[in-house]
Amino acid sequence: MNSPKTGDSAFKAELTALIPHLRAFARSLCGDATLADDLAQDALLKAWKARDRYEPESNMKAWTFTILRNSFFSEKRRSWRRQSLDPEVAEATLVANDDPQANLELLALRNALARLPDDQREALILVGAGGLSYEEAAGISGCAVGTIKSRVSRARKALIVILESDLTGFNSDSEMRATDVFDDLMRQAQELSTNGTP
Amino acid sequence: MPNSKDGGKEDVRNVRLRRRKIGEQLRAIYDEVASEPVPDEFLRLLEEADRNTTNPDETSS
Repeated sequence: MNSPKTGDSAFKAELTALIPHLRAFARSLCGDATLADDLAQDALLKAWKARDRYEPESNMKAWTFTILRNSFFSEKRRSWRRQSLDPEVAEATLVANDDPQANLELLALRNALARLPDDQREALILVGAGGLSYEEAAGISGCAVGTIKSRVSRARKALIVILESDLTGFNSDSEMRATDVFDDLMRQAQELSTNGTP
Repeated sequence: MPNSKDGGKEDVRNVRLRRRKIGEQLRAIYDEVASEPVPDEFLRLLEEADRNTTNPDETSS
């Protein structure tokens, strides 16, 4: 049953190379940097323990993403589900580069992402950022390809609506300072995390 | 509405532009994390798990 040692070390090398993607996917799903790393570490260890069940010719990235998202969606008691915009992430976004407008737009997008339903956010991240095909994303989420396509499409539309209303709000008062916008976004995220629990 | 046809075209173009921009920003958010150096904690955990594997009396804590 046990893989030979050489198989293990090849698996380990490939898994190690995927850690940046596990972290990025986890961060996109749960928004909070610390919780996301906790989720990614959990997935890393689960993947290692399940290595005998991995089929070498399959896509390891999709396989590890499946493990990660199943943890995220199934272990409801864990704090991963506490959807919120991480203040540290938000602040880092605001100082990320020299273009204040670009920073605001990125922050607004993070905020809008946090307000999407979990399944739509997941589909959009997998296809729109993670570089996975619709077929792979469907395999990861355990649903039909058509379902993924419609989630991605609904997610895009919803994002545009949310961003439109946010940015209109920002621009209506050009004197509004970045910190005010930040406070406003944090308040929205706060409301979301207190009201959003099912 | 004499301009509705042109207006429609313009809308479609705007939606496409917005979607492309959102796509670029989504990738930027993802890539920002993916390009960070991997925290030592991750490598340490995997090393530990690997060592426990080679050690037959692994305890599941």
